[in-house]
Amino acid sequence: NEITLAFRRQRKRAANRDKVNLARCRRTAAANMPAVSKGDGMRGLAVFISDIRNCKSKEAEIKRINKELANIRSKFKGDKALDGYSKKKYVCKLLFIFLLGHDIDFGHMEAVNLLSSNKYTEKQIGYLFISVLVNSNSELIRLINNAIKNDLSSRNPTFMCLALHCIANVGSREMAEAFASEIPRILVAGDTMDSVKQSAALCLLRLYKTSPDLVLMGEWTSRVVHLLNDQHMGVVTAAISLITCLSQKNPDEFKTCVSLAVSRLSRIVSSASTDLQDYTYYFVPAPWLSCKLLRLLQCYPPPEDGAVKGRLVECLETILNKAQEPPKSKKVQHSNAKNAILFEAISLIIHYDSEPNLLVRACNQLGQFLQHRETNLRYLALESMCTLASSEFSHEAVKTHIETVINALKTERDVSVRQRAADLLYAMCDRSNAKQIVAEMLSYLETADYSIREEMVLKVAILAEKYAVDYSWYVDTILNLIRIAGDYVSEEVWYRVIQIVINRDDVQGYAAKTVFEALQAPACHENMVKVGGYILGEFGNLIAGDPRSSPLVQFNLLHSKFHLCSVPTRALLLSAYIKFINLFPETKTTIQEVLRCDSQIRNSDVELQQRAVEYLKLSSIASTDVLATVLEEMPPFPERESSILAKLKKKKGPGAVSVTELEDNKREGGELNGGADRGPDSASTPSPSGDLLGIRAAAPIGAAPASAGSLLVDVFSEAGIAVSSAAVNDEGFLRFVCKNNGVLFENQLLQIGIKSEYRQNLGRMYLFYGNKTSVQFASFTTTVSCPGELQTHILPKGFPHFKGYCGAQIQQVLNIECLTDFIDAPLLNIKFRYGGGLQNLTLKLPVTINKFFQPTEMASQDFFQRWKQLSQPQQEAQKIFKANHSMDTEVLKAKLLGLGTALLDNVDPNPENYVCAGVIQTKSQQIGCLLRLEPNAQAQMYRLTLRCSKDLVSQRLCDLLAEQF
Amino acid sequence: MFRWSHLVIYICVQMQFMLLFSRQGKLRLQKWYVPLCDKEKKKITRELLQTVLARKPKMCSFLEWRDLKVVYKRYASLYFCCAIENQDNELITLEIIHRYVELLDKYFGSVCELDIIFNFEKAYFILDEFLLGGEAQETSKKNVLKAIEQADLLQEIVLETVSQIY
Repeated sequence: NEITLAFRRQRKRAANRDKVNLARCRRTAAANMPAVSKGDGMRGLAVFISDIRNCKSKEAEIKRINKELANIRSKFKGDKALDGYSKKKYVCKLLFIFLLGHDIDFGHMEAVNLLSSNKYTEKQIGYLFISVLVNSNSELIRLINNAIKNDLSSRNPTFMCLALHCIANVGSREMAEAFASEIPRILVAGDTMDSVKQSAALCLLRLYKTSPDLVLMGEWTSRVVHLLNDQHMGVVTAAISLITCLSQKNPDEFKTCVSLAVSRLSRIVSSASTDLQDYTYYFVPAPWLSCKLLRLLQCYPPPEDGAVKGRLVECLETILNKAQEPPKSKKVQHSNAKNAILFEAISLIIHYDSEPNLLVRACNQLGQFLQHRETNLRYLALESMCTLASSEFSHEAVKTHIETVINALKTERDVSVRQRAADLLYAMCDRSNAKQIVAEMLSYLETADYSIREEMVLKVAILAEKYAVDYSWYVDTILNLIRIAGDYVSEEVWYRVIQIVINRDDVQGYAAKTVFEALQAPACHENMVKVGGYILGEFGNLIAGDPRSSPLVQFNLLHSKFHLCSVPTRALLLSAYIKFINLFPETKTTIQEVLRCDSQIRNSDVELQQRAVEYLKLSSIASTDVLATVLEEMPPFPERESSILAKLKKKKGPGAVSVTELEDNKREGGELNGGADRGPDSASTPSPSGDLLGIRAAAPIGAAPASAGSLLVDVFSEAGIAVSSAAVNDEGFLRFVCKNNGVLFENQLLQIGIKSEYRQNLGRMYLFYGNKTSVQFASFTTTVSCPGELQTHILPKGFPHFKGYCGAQIQQVLNIECLTDFIDAPLLNIKFRYGGGLQNLTLKLPVTINKFFQPTEMASQDFFQRWKQLSQPQQEAQKIFKANHSMDTEVLKAKLLGLGTALLDNVDPNPENYVCAGVIQTKSQQIGCLLRLEPNAQAQMYRLTLRCSKDLVSQRLCDLLAEQF
Repeated sequence: MFRWSHLVIYICVQMQFMLLFSRQGKLRLQKWYVPLCDKEKKKITRELLQTVLARKPKMCSFLEWRDLKVVYKRYASLYFCCAIENQDNELITLEIIHRYVELLDKYFGSVCELDIIFNFEKAYFILDEFLLGGEAQETSKKNVLKAIEQADLLQEIVLETVSQIY
């Protein structure tokens, strides 16, 4: 490469020069600057820079700088007015000092003065200083804006460009306020010079990024889109960046850009390499523009117009064909530019995910790159294939490269490339190759770089679980993981193996045997001790028949590790010991002795001490029956999605987990063991000691948990994490009983807001899907379904089945008719692609029976008369519950009004109580409801009573409302 | 009801910043396309310099760093280093670097590190003509150099005469 060579030659020369410089005095050093110093050399500046370079120590440099700063300060403060040249020189020196990393707190005013100089270079330096060192001093900003305004209206293109560059570099809100309305005019005006248009387009883009609310394209939209047709390639190159950004936010307004972009692309792709003159880069026609065009197209779904689509597919095919042609140049720049376009085209093909033929071709092309001698290409091919692996059309094609990828994992010298290989193996894994891939990843783990071990461990754990056919393989894999990379095995991983062993009795004996063997190793990881303690405590009996693993041998083995372990592990082991007493009465005396010894019963750690004392007492006073009940085998854990997955997602960010068909859950729900936001029943959350056995004792202490399965949820995952079809937003759902508008769901990718209104038995719900990322979601699909019999009870009309793309926001309307009373809620299912993974989300729509309430006003006498009429047992429902929210009168009133009933004053003889009345309007009948809420502020309790004219309705309302107060 | 405040700044930013530094870890040029405070800039610079300088010659030119992608290339004693967003095109960024080097080379005539040190302001002017707000403004070498040379011609000409030229 000539340039590199030139650089190297120069460097030698420069180094010699430096050596000389060091020896020479200051003045000669200045004369010894690089020969090429175009423009007006500022001698003083050059001397200063030489001085700095000649400083032998940091201290000397600081001293020299301080001297210079003092000098400049005195010059600026001096009585003598400085001429433009000196001002420019000093401002430039300040800039240099700032760029060396020192703070500069003066000179701004002088720089601003330079802006209005009539000498170009002075103006230019002024602008440079402002661009690099903006100060939010409002007085100054006003002056700067004034100067910019003058230059913008000067009609001198060079000055206009300078001003536009400055706006683009600073991009502050104040500048947006001052110029956002002016720049579109400059951009589309017929007499604007091309170079000014280019600057204006990108300047506008920058302002749009800072203050989108101030940049209103409105009437300019169509003229801006048509810049794609401009004759000047540079104008198109600059404008397309602006158009891409605007399209992302307002896809509909800009959608005409698709056909324009396709025809522009087509012209470039089919042009000969010399057609575009200086826009051809190493024999590749307009690589930057091509990439930008392909990127713009990724903001949109495939073109609907057949002709446009055909033309685009042709382009993509041509690009793929060109990749097969022999290179026109041996220069790396040629292949880079060509491949940059190719990779962007592949991104578009993946984005469309609808052309099997192109997807497979893309995959084959990437396959060739996997063995390319350029590290960069191997890296990119591995990365790009990851997304191809998640497409149903190309998954199989990707899988054929497994050996190459495994080889890359073993032999690549660059850790970032190995990382990509590991990612790809993970993405291409399915039932057919899981054993091979997991084995390879495990063996890689032994030598893997520390930086990626934790992630690798999580991935192995997930694959092992996801594709386990026989669970002994799964147990082996996880125990291997702990053995190879114990330090990186997070709690989630070993919790999970225990969860699975508990739930599958066919693997329990094997697990006990394997863990027993693993514990024989003289040095074994603490995580292994934890798993061992837990599993032997539960299932040690399954291997106790073998004299080599008799109860006492098991116990001694565990206890030999005890003293080396941390407090939480010891606590777990103590629990395992008490379980041993139940499993194997013959170990009782030995274990009691251990518990009784001072190091346990007087342990300085209160948790250990308490366990030792309690277990000792329990074992001595409880009868065998009681002991057997208390220490019974753990009940199976409720099946739910692996919490490890949540952890990996959290680590890698959304979309990074590209195993196909992953559930996306409430991401904040990834927190384990008593995560942050546990809602009302957090009282039952045990201390995060990482101890499973301990939790068993702790769980029943809390109030009876409301949601099923939350007993052990605390250990393994948040309540929000649910299996595929269940809704994930129970809490969000309940928040909407007494209100109609708000955010229903939010994770890192998506926010769903709702607004709803109800009249009689009809309702209308607006759903707002907000895309929080900067990329569009592809294949965004929403469906509303009514589980079970609900269909016959409420009728969602105008069924909002939607499929398409989700840019910034999509709005949908759902019309609902209530036919008769109902209990379940309709489910909203959302699927979309993001970062290669399919996101799948099911939410309960907050359509509850109370939404169809009509308030009914009545006097005290009427109320009690009706109350008495509704006296059959099934007409009444009552609940007494603890207050979960504020008991403030106003808050309560607001909630009861939100419920939809009329809040009746002066009805209840006790003024503290609230009574309400309403009629539920359904198509088939009207249901009268009366409500009475009796707060007891002292006890922080409520009694809620409901009486309705229809059975079951009281109970449903009571259940819903009890969660509200 | 729905606010997207966090989207305001980072939506569709292509290049986040560009740094030029020497093998000795001396920063020679910095250009930031996202608003960051000085402290943050210094922190990023320090971390990135360490990371890049620690890499061996044959390694690939891309690395994941924080939630960005860093594309870098070494020319003689100088490292050119760009941070782009995750979905951005690495290879084209590599060629952006190369084109910038070509521009410097053409302008200074076999550019070397000293040229950039002593004429840092020119290096900035060339960069601004080539990239604006982190996006390619003009990719034609001729056009960029023409703009710079025109500006050089203007240096001592007073405003009145300038307006006669156009």
